[in-house]
Amino acid sequence: MASNAAVPFWRAAGMTYITYSNLCANLVRQCLKEPHRSEALNREKVHFSISKWAEGKPKKPSRFLCSFL
Amino acid sequence: MLRQAPQFLLSRASAAAMRWSRPFSTDLPAETAGDSKFIDEWKKSIPNMDPPKTPSAYMAPRPPTPSTIPSKLTVNLVLPYNSVLSAKEVDMVIVPATTGQMGVLPGHVATIAELKPGLLSVHEGNDTTKYFLSGGFAFVHANSVADIIAIEATPVDQIDPNLVQKGLAEFQQKLSSASTDIEKAEAQIGVDVHSALNAALTG
Repeated sequence: MASNAAVPFWRAAGMTYITYSNLCANLVRQCLKEPHRSEALNREKVHFSISKWAEGKPKKPSRFLCSFL
Repeated sequence: MLRQAPQFLLSRASAAAMRWSRPFSTDLPAETAGDSKFIDEWKKSIPNMDPPKTPSAYMAPRPPTPSTIPSKLTVNLVLPYNSVLSAKEVDMVIVPATTGQMGVLPGHVATIAELKPGLLSVHEGNDTTKYFLSGGFAFVHANSVADIIAIEATPVDQIDPNLVQKGLAEFQQKLSSASTDIEKAEAQIGVDVHSALNAALTG
């Protein structure tokens, strides 16, 4: 079977649709006027903490991280 | 939920037409047109047991396409965190599809369109409301309901022109100095989005 017609440039470069659309959305959020810009960026923040495990036990968890994108 | 001629066109893979207002599963019709053959065969070989319900018995039937074109289009614009427009009756919407600006009027053929970053304009009488969408999809159903899903939708007056110009210059510069495929793709996306923002502000 023939391959699909022209893939978008981002998929050809190895990016998935979710990454692409989240990237576009972030770029739009960063171009907003002030109160809306900080509300939008705050809304999208994700708080998580990571702990690495060794020999079946978690080592001390790292500080709470908070990021977007 | 009466059986009507359009129901014979119902295919099992029509999940795209499922509506949110599902009735309780006990209210649904016990058999659909497609299952009657299975149910007849069942009754012939196992007459004492009730035939089991098949997956299509649990699906709400596709809403009927009205025989006359409605006068208004019902639009739903939803974002992950908010529904901006919910069942709003309008005259026309113009969506920024990847294949170009697409106008949707009541009675439009059922369509699924992928959207690119651009302007959505909603026309109601003499008023036009514009939103800049960062991308998403538009589903137009045969009964003149348009569902537009996007990740970000902002009114044009909330966009800061200085930030747009700065971003455009920055990504153009990144595009010329990019080396790997991924860097080029990200810079190209930056240029596309900022150019679309620019066009929305000036156009």
